[in-house]
Amino acid sequence: MLGKKERLRTDVLIIGGGTAGCYAALTIGKTSDARIIVAEKAHIKRSGCLAAGVNAINCYILPNRTVQDYVDYATKDAEGIVRDDLLRTMCERVNGTVHELERLGLVILKDDQGNYVARGNRNIKINGENIKPILASAVESLEHCQVINQLVITDYIVKDNRIYGAVGFHKETGTIYEIEATYVICATGGASGIYKPNNPGFSRHKMWYSPFNTGAGYAMGILQGAEMTTLEMRFIALRCKDTIAPTGTIAQGVGAKQINGLGENYESVYGITTSQRVYGTVQEQVEGRGPCYLGTKGISPDQEQDLLKAYLNMAPSQTLRWVERGQGPATENVEIEGTEPYIVGGHTASGYWVDTHRETTITNLFAAGDVAGGAPQKYVTGALAEGEIAGDEIVRRYQDQGEVPSVGNEPWYKEAIDAILKRYVAQQGANDDSTLVRIEEQEQRLQDIMDIYAGGISQAYKYTEESLGIAKSKLQALAKDVEQLQANTLHELSYLYELRDRIVVGRALVAHLEGRKETRWHSFGEHGDYPNCSDDGLVYVNSVYQDGEFQVFQRPLVEKGDTYEHTN
Amino acid sequence: MSIQINKDTCIGCGRCQQVCPGTLIYKDEAKKAYIAYPSDCWGCVSCVKECPVGAISFFLGEDMGGKGATMVVTTEGHLLHWDITKVDGTVQRITVNAKESNAY
Repeated sequence: MLGKKERLRTDVLIIGGGTAGCYAALTIGKTSDARIIVAEKAHIKRSGCLAAGVNAINCYILPNRTVQDYVDYATKDAEGIVRDDLLRTMCERVNGTVHELERLGLVILKDDQGNYVARGNRNIKINGENIKPILASAVESLEHCQVINQLVITDYIVKDNRIYGAVGFHKETGTIYEIEATYVICATGGASGIYKPNNPGFSRHKMWYSPFNTGAGYAMGILQGAEMTTLEMRFIALRCKDTIAPTGTIAQGVGAKQINGLGENYESVYGITTSQRVYGTVQEQVEGRGPCYLGTKGISPDQEQDLLKAYLNMAPSQTLRWVERGQGPATENVEIEGTEPYIVGGHTASGYWVDTHRETTITNLFAAGDVAGGAPQKYVTGALAEGEIAGDEIVRRYQDQGEVPSVGNEPWYKEAIDAILKRYVAQQGANDDSTLVRIEEQEQRLQDIMDIYAGGISQAYKYTEESLGIAKSKLQALAKDVEQLQANTLHELSYLYELRDRIVVGRALVAHLEGRKETRWHSFGEHGDYPNCSDDGLVYVNSVYQDGEFQVFQRPLVEKGDTYEHTN
Repeated sequence: MSIQINKDTCIGCGRCQQVCPGTLIYKDEAKKAYIAYPSDCWGCVSCVKECPVGAISFFLGEDMGGKGATMVVTTEGHLLHWDITKVDGTVQRITVNAKESNAY
């Protein structure tokens, strides 16, 4: 199955060719002659969160607004648990990324004067169906950049808290890649598939977040002792029932309100932060006033047609559903529900603990996009901005330091590689038809544990200290069993690593949920033992994985105007 | 929810196989594309857009209320024609101009 070995040496390795990874490559490629490798586990043309497209830029500083307005909004929405320095540095750059995307070919709606048309206070309207192909072709045209598609990176190479590269295998050819790199950007995206999903049957991957974002970046960092922050701020999206399509397009596009089964508008009862919108919907159902809807009945035929088109640009299943049923949003309200929890730093503050350059606590390892913590409400442009920030810092160091001597022949390096290769060997050649089924069964076991004991959909997102304790021991047993699994094909081997990554993230998440003894964001987390918000909770809950245990500790907030830098 | 690939019309170009963000599409011995892991599909329809001969269609699974309607996309310059074939055989076409933004 796994075959020949290929050793590569590069200045910059970017793991993940999605939104943030592509923009980091563009930034570095345009401003330096540094050699870049983009390692992408699928194909950069449509990989990552933007596969189907996106129909609005949700983070843009409109002419009558300021960076501070957006920082204030994101801070309030996260009930104070954000990094002010990260939000600020991100917001300063988002408009620049939009102008660059427009230059590359993104279509943005403009008024008669040539100004972008706003949707609400922070959004602009685009045709983003092809946003990913636009980004990808710009990356492919870079001179010193090699894109390796189908490459599944499984391990970082780290010594004394400094990164030297990564190892992975090619999903199609089985070639093992050993990539020595001076700088590494982790841009793998966040984690889905940790909890039992809304549609657990055949359509199990009809979920909000990309099912192919399996937490690899978090897991590789955790396993090497990188500090993580705020994983306990899970993200739960409010979505159209069944299709799990976005609701913001309807709510903001045609001004539809959230109404319960009695036809009452319940938005004002619970508040309108992201988590409160979900919480209200859950509570209305729990208290017997469900199901909940977006009140679209009575919109005009033109509005309905525009909605059908808008969804084709990002979530075509919703348009298909309306047409198939023969009843569109003008005649039928759109039923809504909360999704299973995800870990995603583009929407919440979960992820790597980074400094303002987006460098992690592992020297020369940067994180951008959904893997980077501290800066929620990033959306597409925030992820692009973080790719640019990390890219700029790498270019600065590259130009300062020039070529760094190779460590490829040092004994410790070879030992690290050998250990990974040995694991690969043990994981293949099962010659047994049941391997895929067993991997899938263990994935379901993970999702069941998390759903029941760590606050999934079936528990209305609630957990207790006792249930988290049960989750912890069950996950430990699961992790052990999964170490024994083998794969018959390269595809199965990639599934095996995705499962490993999800379990690592699940374990870290449970440790973080235990670390926050309050309920700060209703629905994102309902702590049965601590149902209220506490002033003691105005801290970051961070963790480091050491010797098989998660060390959970607190850090003081980096508040307005402050800047955090790593000190060692 | 997933996709289906018509083996009679598939020309084996491999574009769908390349573009799938989950690497779920492979080729059989006759060099025709097939989806190896249908329940792992996200429904992004990248493959449907990529197919030059309209051999790939998208459908909602019965577990999410689908009744068998299918969707294909044909590209004509900057126009994307989305054709939805309903269970009764009628086809509804929605055309999106890639040079125009969404209204929402």
